[in-house]
Amino acid sequence: MTRVVLTVAGLTLREASRRRVLLALGLLTLVLLALSGWGFSRFAAESGGTLTSGEARLTASILLNLVMFGYSLIAALGTAFLAGPTLAGETESGIALAVLARPIRRSAFLLGKWLGLVTFGGVFVVLAGLAQVLVVGVTVDYWPPGPAAALALLAAQTTVLLTLAVLLSSVISPMASGVVAVGLFCTTWVAGVVGGIGAAVDNDAVARVGSVSRVLLPTDGLWRGAMHAFQDPSALLQFGGVDGEAFPFLSVAPLSWAYLVWAAVWVAMVWGLAAVSFVRKDL
Amino acid sequence: MWCTGLRKRYGRRTAVDGVSLEVGRGEVVGLLGPNGAGKTTVIKMLLGLVRPDAGEVLLLGQPAAEPAARARVGYLPELFRYQPWLTAAEVLALHVRLSGAAVGVQEQRDCLALVGLADRAGDRVGGFSKGMQQRLGLAVALVARPEFVVLDEPTSALDPLGRADVRDIVLSLKARGIAVLLNSHLIGEVERVCDRVVVLDRGRVAASGSLVELLGQHEVRLHLTGMPPAAESRLAGAGRVEREGDWFTVAFPADDEATVPDLVRDLVALGVRVHAVEPGRISLEERLLGILRDGAGS
Repeated sequence: MTRVVLTVAGLTLREASRRRVLLALGLLTLVLLALSGWGFSRFAAESGGTLTSGEARLTASILLNLVMFGYSLIAALGTAFLAGPTLAGETESGIALAVLARPIRRSAFLLGKWLGLVTFGGVFVVLAGLAQVLVVGVTVDYWPPGPAAALALLAAQTTVLLTLAVLLSSVISPMASGVVAVGLFCTTWVAGVVGGIGAAVDNDAVARVGSVSRVLLPTDGLWRGAMHAFQDPSALLQFGGVDGEAFPFLSVAPLSWAYLVWAAVWVAMVWGLAAVSFVRKDL
Repeated sequence: MWCTGLRKRYGRRTAVDGVSLEVGRGEVVGLLGPNGAGKTTVIKMLLGLVRPDAGEVLLLGQPAAEPAARARVGYLPELFRYQPWLTAAEVLALHVRLSGAAVGVQEQRDCLALVGLADRAGDRVGGFSKGMQQRLGLAVALVARPEFVVLDEPTSALDPLGRADVRDIVLSLKARGIAVLLNSHLIGEVERVCDRVVVLDRGRVAASGSLVELLGQHEVRLHLTGMPPAAESRLAGAGRVEREGDWFTVAFPADDEATVPDLVRDLVALGVRVHAVEPGRISLEERLLGILRDGAGS
């Protein structure tokens, strides 16, 4: 079982590197790093003296969260579109026939694929995010309060989306699974922003939109937890307290453990559904 | 390999309906039948790739539902595609690892050489032609020291030379006591290598048996003139008749020593002039067409 899982995970990672996904993501990241490095350094040079230290930290926090959102989007798109071809694509093209006729359990095969994708997506966001934190540290001398927690939450967000993409690709076509996964990711993000606005204007019904969507698909909740760990604690006060909820690139509260546990349970449940669907599938 | 009562429905359509067959060690069994007869579905059910609605499969003595039963099974799918980003040698290494067999690098190379890909071992599969991918598929099926090999249309993309290679490989597997299930449209290929044949038609076993059993029946060509209607009905009663001018080809359903002499005696008694009586042997192709037409007629 372990041998099969590790073999398939290794194969998935090798596929990502051989199909130039790694190269494409690497180049994209370098471009984003260079651009944001240039932007941050211009910001430091031009605002030198005109901003209070609090304002500077607020702006750095917002900008860092904005750029990090870019990375989480790249990771989301990358993994969602990788999960489709690697699972549904293989069953569609026939590659899976010879592999699954080997003495292996389909659940072990699926776990291997998932593990490979999670490793790939997780390592990408952690490395790219870390590089970004360093760039910000060097250019504007801002260091987030909880970089390790923030990066771990970004990786968790990627894992959640990837698990969803794996489930989708075991039931619908490869192309559709990528589109639906990314679509749901964006919808949840928008719902989170809408909910934030609802909270800021004390409209419970609208605020509930955000909370419900965060439970249904935990990507946005984890993303808000990551933002909270990236941003300076004083930033929210600068922005005006709870009203900051209406702003999509600041987060008012850290993540609760209960939410993290829910995210883990969610991943396990969705993976289980994917496994049930994949095991029962006629190839 | 042994299976019984396999049944599979896709929606309203019954793809496979109560198929039973077995392949013994060192035996080559051919699976024949028209398109859509359910051959590939049967094969996929044997390998656990499709879940049968009913029926039972034993692979090398173990229930096929257990993945471990496939440890000594090699499979070349009809839809043969291998990871295009891997090299041929890497594809074999992957399958060896997944099968859990301890097959050394040299043996893997020998396997590639057997299918004629020795000098392409380090090339990416993505650049292979269809024929080369099918050869690679054959190597994949053979690499993990199988005791039962399933070849689904193994020569569909091969040139005549490649077909001859496959024939030799199948015969050498048989000589080594390996069971082979061969699904092929090429009847000549099946006729040359198979011990037994199972004919599927519309999801059912239309006929099965050894080649001798299936082909052993008589066929006689008769040159007759002066045929009264009574003689024609006597001929039709003896078996299926095809007429070309004065030549009549009669295929007898049962193999009986007395059939031909009795027929000739009766024809002469009816006043028919018998110019020639030539024994004939039905080819597997004619037999297959006969079985399928009878099935369609009923």
